[in-house]
Amino acid sequence: MKKTIRAALIATLPVLTGYLVLGFGFGIILKAAGYGIPFALAMSLLIYAGSMQYVAVGLLTGGASLITAALTALMVNARHLFYGISMLEKYRATGRRKPYLVFALTDETYSLLCGENPDIPSEQRVNYYFLVSLFNHLYWVAGSLAGAVVGTLISFNSEGIDFALTALFLTIFLEQWLTSKKHIPALIGVAVSGLSLLIFGSENFLIPAMLVIALLLCLYKEKSAND
Amino acid sequence: MTDYHAWAIIAVIALVTAALRFLPFMVFGDAGKTPAIIEKLSKILPFAIMGMLVVYCLKEISFTSVSGFLPMLIACAVVGVLYVWKRNTLVSIICGTLCYMLLVQLVF
Repeated sequence: MKKTIRAALIATLPVLTGYLVLGFGFGIILKAAGYGIPFALAMSLLIYAGSMQYVAVGLLTGGASLITAALTALMVNARHLFYGISMLEKYRATGRRKPYLVFALTDETYSLLCGENPDIPSEQRVNYYFLVSLFNHLYWVAGSLAGAVVGTLISFNSEGIDFALTALFLTIFLEQWLTSKKHIPALIGVAVSGLSLLIFGSENFLIPAMLVIALLLCLYKEKSAND
Repeated sequence: MTDYHAWAIIAVIALVTAALRFLPFMVFGDAGKTPAIIEKLSKILPFAIMGMLVVYCLKEISFTSVSGFLPMLIACAVVGVLYVWKRNTLVSIICGTLCYMLLVQLVF
């Protein structure tokens, strides 16, 4: 168990950096919009979706309707459907921890858990999934609380530190690329998302990209099954 | 806006987000009930998703000015080269992030 805790701490270090900073930024923005600690705590604990929470500040200050809030959440977070689909197998036999694992499946937690950590023995897997999810959640809550509490007092220039999350995704992408023989799914992911970004713009590209990726991957599988 | 409405907005967002996360497990969660196509999809999706997430992180890049893309490009190259060379996630992320911070704060 000790080993598992240490492995989870090491694996989540990049997320620690990114979440503290992004959470901190969220706390500051929320506070500046007139919503203090209880709101920061509730949102980071219960919504726990980074980009959505940034968008939510605008919804709060703009006095959006509940329908608008629901539709916005649907659009911004639709990509989580993908994470669920690809973790079906892995989370199947996780017992009483499953609801929390599913709830806490953010971009970053997904990226850490979608591969296997070779240092974790199979009987410790579920503990490892749980700890990685829990640590990330705590970093996010701690960051946003810190932002809401002391936001305006800190003068450290942290501009650009959120690149840590981009770097995390990039290293995981490279790891998958270097250890896998089939590169077509990865290429489909990059090419379709890139094209969709060019066509639909940064606000709207994810959902069309997801649909086309899902379609192409289905076709790709059928084709290789016929080979 | 009243606090009441603000809390309602937060509750709605939390519910929709959780619903999106739980939906695949509720529909396809039980062993043996997963359609073959979803089963196959679940095995190859991670590769495509990480590609999609990388693009998602780079979505604010703009080519109208040098500072709109060059810091990101250089920092990603640092991460990529270091990773292929050393295969160490933390080293790549720390060096790449420091490099990006220096570039956006001091150079561009």
